[in-house]
Amino acid sequence: MADIGLGHYLAVAAILFAIGMAGIFLNRKNVIVILMSIELMLLAVNINLVAFSQFLGDLTGQVFAFMVLTVAAAEAAIGLAILVAFFRNRGDIAVDDANLMKN
Amino acid sequence: MIGTLAFYLFAIAAVGCAFMVIAARNPVHSVLFLISAFISVAGLFVLMGAEYLAMLLVVVYVGAVAVLFLFVVMMLDVDFVEMKQGFLQYMPVGFALAALVVIELMMVVAVWAVPPESEIARAHPIPTAAQTVSDPNGPTNIEAIGLVLYTDYIHFFQIAGMVLLVAMIGAIVLTFRTREGIKKQDPAAQVARGRDVELVDIQSGQGLS
Repeated sequence: MADIGLGHYLAVAAILFAIGMAGIFLNRKNVIVILMSIELMLLAVNINLVAFSQFLGDLTGQVFAFMVLTVAAAEAAIGLAILVAFFRNRGDIAVDDANLMKN
Repeated sequence: MIGTLAFYLFAIAAVGCAFMVIAARNPVHSVLFLISAFISVAGLFVLMGAEYLAMLLVVVYVGAVAVLFLFVVMMLDVDFVEMKQGFLQYMPVGFALAALVVIELMMVVAVWAVPPESEIARAHPIPTAAQTVSDPNGPTNIEAIGLVLYTDYIHFFQIAGMVLLVAMIGAIVLTFRTREGIKKQDPAAQVARGRDVELVDIQSGQGLS
């Protein structure tokens, strides 16, 4: 890590976060890709936490990245379970019709 | 030198794979690109010296989450080509917003300076964390995390366990269903059965009257 500093990692994390955000906009009909985009954004946040943790010499950031990882895994499990239940009821996973539940 | 090269390799791989996740036509390809993006970021974590989180990323994300995604993508019988419609329509606004966010965050990174308080914190790092970076005889990254995770952050650890428990119960409840018309063994009914069926000794050739 000669000339690779904190800024480089933050830049990678920023680009990953933006890609995840663009993915939510581009694939508005496909819930699975939206969930994957959310995972990408959480991954970018994790890069930030670990980069600052190493930069400041404080392990708290890594412990919190561990928490983010846990929550991301739980969120993926719940999200996919909702998706499967939705697919069983409707026969497809079009998000446009997802507000039918309130009717 | 090797570190710089490895950083750019992993960083470009991560960004390229992440882009392919949202651009791929086939969701199965999206999941596979997601897996390689996770592996690339795990490489970045190793470069940063966070080996434990890197391995956790490979085990949890690649081993569990991505396979779960793959499973669901292959299980749902959906017309994914039709799903791609609107992609071009949303492309300008999507990429414009992404570019905006990148520019904003890059400005933050460029202008950002370490405040004096943080310089004090950097000068006096927490011993276990500092030793993992500088002292080869100190605790490894995993040992250092273990030293703080089970002592200072024990409540974090237990809350993480509760989050996973709730997620597990929620996923089971959401996807559980009782199917109709399936022949199942009912032990209670078998045990509670009375003598309504009896064994009868039938003489051969006479039949049952």
